[in-house]
Amino acid sequence: MNQSLTSFAYLVAAVLFILALRGLSHPTTSRRGNQLGIIGMGIAILATLLHSGMSLGGVALIVLGVAIGGAIGTVAALRIKMTALPQLVAAFHSLVGLAAVFVAASALNAPQSFGIGTTGHIHLESLVEMSLGLAIGAVTFTGSLIAFAKLQALMSGTPITFRGQHKLNLGLGILLFILVLLFIVSGGSKILFTAVAILALLMGFLLIIPIGGADMPVVVSMLNSYSGWAAAGIGFTIGNMALIVTGALVGSSGAILSYIMCKGMNRSIFNVLLGGFGNAGGEAVAGTTSGDKSVKIGSAEDAAFIMKNASKVIIVPGYGMAVSQAQHALREMADVLKADNIVVKYAIHPVAGRMPGHMNVLLAEAGVSYDDVFELETINNEFASADVVYVIGANDVTNPAAKTNPASPIFGMPILEVDKAKTVLFVKRSMASGYSGVDNELFFRDNTMMLFGDAKKMTEEIVQSLDH
Amino acid sequence: MTPADLAAQAADLAHQAAVLAQNAAGVAAVAAQNAPPAAPFVYLFSIFVLAIFVGYYVVWNVTPALHSPLMAVTNAISSVIIVGAMLATGLQGSNVAHLFGFLAVVLVSVNIFGGFVVTNRMLSMFRKK
Repeated sequence: MNQSLTSFAYLVAAVLFILALRGLSHPTTSRRGNQLGIIGMGIAILATLLHSGMSLGGVALIVLGVAIGGAIGTVAALRIKMTALPQLVAAFHSLVGLAAVFVAASALNAPQSFGIGTTGHIHLESLVEMSLGLAIGAVTFTGSLIAFAKLQALMSGTPITFRGQHKLNLGLGILLFILVLLFIVSGGSKILFTAVAILALLMGFLLIIPIGGADMPVVVSMLNSYSGWAAAGIGFTIGNMALIVTGALVGSSGAILSYIMCKGMNRSIFNVLLGGFGNAGGEAVAGTTSGDKSVKIGSAEDAAFIMKNASKVIIVPGYGMAVSQAQHALREMADVLKADNIVVKYAIHPVAGRMPGHMNVLLAEAGVSYDDVFELETINNEFASADVVYVIGANDVTNPAAKTNPASPIFGMPILEVDKAKTVLFVKRSMASGYSGVDNELFFRDNTMMLFGDAKKMTEEIVQSLDH
Repeated sequence: MTPADLAAQAADLAHQAAVLAQNAAGVAAVAAQNAPPAAPFVYLFSIFVLAIFVGYYVVWNVTPALHSPLMAVTNAISSVIIVGAMLATGLQGSNVAHLFGFLAVVLVSVNIFGGFVVTNRMLSMFRKK
């Protein structure tokens, strides 16, 4: 295939990728978008297979590799439970990172294949691009592995912090920068390449361990962004337009998602990345707000009775719903209520769950119509007209302290104003505070009823009581 | 300004940016042809910068309800790095280069198939009753 035709194919692929993202602006166009993405990927792969100079053995190896990887990926994607989606995505990010490292290693060993010079005489700018792709790819790889381990509960979600952590990271960052410079000046030394790779791998690990479990939405988005920049770095190295465009798209997409998540918590990206949130600071505050105030504890029957007499119910799901897989029971409850002509809506906080949009996917899985699901800005003024708010597995995102207590670590975070409703039902396993470590004063209010127990079991019991 | 206005403006900008990116890409493609094998850095960099803008406007248009599928699909398309892996595997080069290339092909294939399949699974669940 001649060169301009190949370039044209890559351009078509890049445009199709843009259209794939464009399709996600609405659920009705989204599946079409995904199909365009698949076509784009097919075109890019086909164009590369027809690249002049491809050996027959090489093509066979590629087909074998695609078959192995494709089978693993397909099975994993079909089997994964929707509640485990965040860790699957984290695992996938790690693969892009590692692949970037491998392609960089390959380019170093066979620069003539990519037209970037000959062994030992690689063009200067190609070395710069290669080392960027390598370093970002390596950080993405180990960072995503740690995020995966935290999300899969293979390691504790509590932040791991130690004295001098930030100084150590800063020092290693500077060392990494120096090594990259040395690598470039050396004209592509393999030893320095390995050193950069090892140090970047270590840094990915160190950067993510201090970040707590509930901040994983930001981490996953950020690693999403990194995987894009790594791909773009490799794209520059091998001079491939499809890769550069896609890397830029993915990079900016991940960055925007990180920004939205941070805004949802009213924290800066630096505050999140420096880690340690939800540790020490919160406990002192917790002590001042509790005391010997009493809480009203209710049963499933009580909750069912209150809901039966309501005309509008708003459901606020959080990570707890995902943990107990309560989404199906929740939809059943909503169906029963709707059959009684009660208006049921769902309110989603931007940082609910462990990845952006996590709750929306789980509700969709349970068969909830997306017309019933609302974002914070749209639904916040409706709480005042709601008779019942059913908070299932969420806590911090409803805490009025975010608006009233400047000393609180969550002060300034946009919250769902559930306190404005006539009655608030909280489904929780215990009185324990949320991720931020702050007590929720809502628990002690007169119009709040606590429903202690597993979210799924409690919801199922309410459904049974409603049926009577 | 209403959100609808904003959205319309953003869509407009996205369209303009897309057109610009395509133009730039066309220019770069021509340049690549005239100066094979590698296109000059500045052309590639122009494409990169324009594509960031395209990404910015397109992604702000994505509805928050679909942020999970967005992440899954961006993950899938970032696997276009397979192009590099395939060249590393299939072109003449050292055995080490071939090995690294092959490993990268396997890894990103997991991503391509897994990413698109899981995105499709998610999107097929988003229904209006």
